[in-house]
Amino acid sequence: MARRAQPISAIPGAGAALLVAALILGTLAAVALRAEAGRGFAASDWAALRFTLTQAVLSAVLSVGLAIGVARALARRRFVGRSLLIALLGAPFILPVIVAILGLLAVFGRAGWISQALGFFGFESLQIYGLHGVVLAHVFFNLPLATRLILQGWQEIPAERFRLAAQINAGPGAMWHLLEAPMLARVVPGALAVVFAICLSSFAVALTLGGGPRATTIELAIYQAFRFDFDLGRAALLSAVQLLLTGCAAYLALRASSVEGTGAGLDRSLRRWDGTGGRAKTIDWAWILFATVFLLLPLIAVVLSGVSGLVLLKIAVWEAALTSILVSAGSTVLLLLLAVPMAASVALGKARLIEVAGILGLAASPLVIGTGLFIVIYPIADPFDLALPVTALVNAVMALPFALRILVPQAQAVVSRYGKLVLSLDMAGWAFLWRVFLPRMRAQIGFAAGLAAALSMGDLGVITLFADPEIATLPLQIYRLMGAYQMQAAAGAALLLLLLSMAAFWILDRGGRWHAEA
Amino acid sequence: MLRLEKCKIENGDFSVLADLQVNAGARVAVIGPSGAGKTTLIEAIAGFLPLSQGRIMWGDLDLRDLPPGQRPVAMLFQDGNLFPHLSVAQNAGLGLRANLRLNQAEQAQVQQALERVGLGDLAARKPAALSGGQQSRVALARVLLQKRDLLLLDEPFAALGPALKAEMLDLVAEIATETGATVLMVSHDPQDARRIADAVILVADGKARSPMPTAELLDNPPPVLKDYLG
Repeated sequence: MARRAQPISAIPGAGAALLVAALILGTLAAVALRAEAGRGFAASDWAALRFTLTQAVLSAVLSVGLAIGVARALARRRFVGRSLLIALLGAPFILPVIVAILGLLAVFGRAGWISQALGFFGFESLQIYGLHGVVLAHVFFNLPLATRLILQGWQEIPAERFRLAAQINAGPGAMWHLLEAPMLARVVPGALAVVFAICLSSFAVALTLGGGPRATTIELAIYQAFRFDFDLGRAALLSAVQLLLTGCAAYLALRASSVEGTGAGLDRSLRRWDGTGGRAKTIDWAWILFATVFLLLPLIAVVLSGVSGLVLLKIAVWEAALTSILVSAGSTVLLLLLAVPMAASVALGKARLIEVAGILGLAASPLVIGTGLFIVIYPIADPFDLALPVTALVNAVMALPFALRILVPQAQAVVSRYGKLVLSLDMAGWAFLWRVFLPRMRAQIGFAAGLAAALSMGDLGVITLFADPEIATLPLQIYRLMGAYQMQAAAGAALLLLLLSMAAFWILDRGGRWHAEA
Repeated sequence: MLRLEKCKIENGDFSVLADLQVNAGARVAVIGPSGAGKTTLIEAIAGFLPLSQGRIMWGDLDLRDLPPGQRPVAMLFQDGNLFPHLSVAQNAGLGLRANLRLNQAEQAQVQQALERVGLGDLAARKPAALSGGQQSRVALARVLLQKRDLLLLDEPFAALGPALKAEMLDLVAEIATETGATVLMVSHDPQDARRIADAVILVADGKARSPMPTAELLDNPPPVLKDYLG
């Protein structure tokens, strides 16, 4: 068969995928070579492994368990602000972890609102540090994600089924057996696996709310081995274990879930005839109230405590903010240079290679890549000089799987819809890229860039490995302020970071859709 | 003259055989049951589907190894003939230069073509702001500018109402007369063929037959066409 003409080359995308694979596998190899397997696992390493698994299981079960109720309530109630609440469920994805933690501290912390209220009635204040604090923060981040995944399950039930159920006058029990239970059986395993996988590589939460021998995740242990003991061998051994864990979990999550949390159209409302009883209504409203309060209170707390701190910000915080903006911009550009050609290659049918790179991106942990890069760079240059470029690069790679999920469907649509016309007009290559592909992809590119910029802006991960005291991104600066018990300044800086992340996302996402035609 | 010499076109699990010629300047309808391979035949001539046997000649030019954009072919598809983010003038201008870097003379040519199809004052609009008939006219303006010897139509007007479709077919006929282009038009409606085609290629049973005069074929259809026409 003759070779098939294509409107654009698949080679740059394949090159980008190879680059990503080389980065992830290369750092992995560097880590593996350094790992001292013979020395074996110390007691503290076993503790870290146990804690990592325990908190991830608890976080997944709690997040998904609560999400079942919230999703059911959102699926069958119509109210003003429903689509706003559903949009809010997407917010934690781009919310900087350190900001959420300050919010959670302000609400659930020792001196937080709830502790104060308890103290008023003569009870003891809450203790947030440790396992339950880590799980609380993970539920805060993943309850919305799990809710969106299950809501998607509700959305995928054909409207005819609801009509049929109404026709046969199905009561609550019948609704459960006919619709909800089969849907949950399909969706819940995937949701559990996704949340479990995310919580496995939790670093910033464990760094701030965990710590100590009883609440250290493997990621945190890598950081400590690296930062406190400068024991590269141990860091590498832990990295290998972490990679095995996240690799298995990512594989499980991809196997178990065909659903996507970022899917649009979740606020589409469908006429429902069930759940009209008073008890069902009360239960639903309780779930909706719970979710709203649980998600909004920490955010409100950040804003309230941050406003007064905003005027107190020192010059170092503003410098850190500028650094963060630069890292975020660099990371976004890098991401687009990798993701757009990769999406084009997938659209041209080169799916395999790219999928592999995407899966590697999901399984890779920032701290492992960071450790590997450190080992690779160390003999050649001072890794601390490269703290910012490395952070931007690692952030871009971590955002890659999400960016591909956003870009690929539209790239496929553009190629299949206009491919032949483009070929018959002899406008393959650059003309296609500039005149058709990029303009048609603008909204998706803007959305992906917005996510990448916000994720990078709020990231507190690999920078902690590489930063010397002279240099800091804004999240790291906030962490340092917290460490110095300057909570007022930390709150102000957190509000600034929140504003920057949201602004970066909003500007890029809006920019993509500005004056966009159908 | 367009010659399909002992061609075999494979598309997925079925194939179409074609051994036929079309005179230069002819207007030919391609008719047959759905799924018989009308589009497959047209797409092979346009270069989207490879030949597994035979060759396609335009005069002395062997099209077999030419990529679609370098064949003497302009094509209109069932839908998606315009880019929604480009203006009317840009969509038409693609017929001159794919990178849209048009000099003044070329811009004047674009304007002229738009006036020819009756869209002279809509040059700056986007396709979404046009009616279905106007969108078809933009695509025809581009065909005018492409100045290719062969014009292939894969039912581009199927979504239009009967009166509008007839109007577009007449415009196609006029344009073909002016440019001397040879037209091959896929259709499932014998009225379309009667309206502008002087000959018909019948595609059925995995085979494309040689063109027959339109009236003769439609008035005296062979059994396979009779079944289709009902």
